[in-house]
Amino acid sequence: MSAGIVAGAVLVAQILLVIAMGCAAYRLLRGPRAQDRVLALDTMYVNAAILLLVFGIRSGSTHYFEAALLITLLGFVATAALAKFLMRGEVIE
Amino acid sequence: MNNAVDLPLWAAVPVALLLVFGAGLTLIGSIGLVTLRSFYARVHAPTLGTTLGIGSVLAASMLYFSVVQSRWVLHEILIGVFMVITTPVTLMLLARASLYRDRQEGSSEVPPLPPPVPKEED
Amino acid sequence: MTRWLPYPLVALLLLGLWLLLTGSMSPGAFLLGGVLAVAGSGILVALLMPRARLRRLTTVPGLLRDIVVEVVRSNNAVAWIILQPGHAANRRSGFVRVPLDMHSPHGLAALACILTATPGTIWVEYDSSDGSMLLHVLDLIDDEAWVRIVKDRWERRLMEIFE
Repeated sequence: MSAGIVAGAVLVAQILLVIAMGCAAYRLLRGPRAQDRVLALDTMYVNAAILLLVFGIRSGSTHYFEAALLITLLGFVATAALAKFLMRGEVIE
Repeated sequence: MNNAVDLPLWAAVPVALLLVFGAGLTLIGSIGLVTLRSFYARVHAPTLGTTLGIGSVLAASMLYFSVVQSRWVLHEILIGVFMVITTPVTLMLLARASLYRDRQEGSSEVPPLPPPVPKEED
Repeated sequence: MTRWLPYPLVALLLLGLWLLLTGSMSPGAFLLGGVLAVAGSGILVALLMPRARLRRLTTVPGLLRDIVVEVVRSNNAVAWIILQPGHAANRRSGFVRVPLDMHSPHGLAALACILTATPGTIWVEYDSSDGSMLLHVLDLIDDEAWVRIVKDRWERRLMEIFE
């Protein structure tokens, strides 16, 4: 009974998150401007981290937590560098 | 789903609710990314996922693993702390970059630069 | 004390994060975490970070509670705005310039994080010459109301803590 509840919720959450990543991917491809694409990429990073946490609950393994932590770290660095690039045309001044 | 069998009902229901709530809120934020009209309106959309969205999923994960492993599993707080620190920084940087680009193109939709004063390089 | 541990709060925070990451409270974890915390906070000296002087720490719990309440409330508000695209036509989003009295860099950073982390508002830029800040609001009804909200709800208490 309880296993069914959690399994169902995990499935629903995964579907919702995949649709969310689809929305972000649409904005990433559509643009229209570079800052829209960077914002969409940042959103995809966050959505991917949440999806990994849900995967972790599904598999019952805490290893996905570390992957999620790394994704958030990478997402922050990537977005900050891209925003910097948009502002100045170079990352390291 | 190899471990979920031994999860008692009092824990399974909150875990399920938190998961669906967090994922739904993240989805609404991403829908806003598609439907809102201007970039400055769209900047607000992902904050749904980065505050309560990821917060609910982290709480669900903490509760689930704490009950399954019958010990406190709290390392999800790390992701929470990290998101709290980094999200404002990335969004502010993006908004400023966008404002800078719009001003360079002379867009009328953004406020102009404040009157020039001698200021030091930061 | 000040030579070996120039930023005690940062060091304590780093030790806490390390203990959370390793998930153990063993003496070894404490030892390694302590070494990392002292080394990590020592690096801040090389970065010449301005020291924060925290005063009136009694304000902090109430402030944190209000931040959580505000985040939940504005999550709800922004979710409804997104889900009702029909109303987008008569809804205006725009910039507000807010004059600030606070000059402490830490207080300004905290204010920026609070405003940006709350859905519906984002801190765009700060002009240090006249101490004003540019805020973008998703659901802008009244400019003056937002200036009052920023100043009364957040700035006053952050000034009590940081100045």
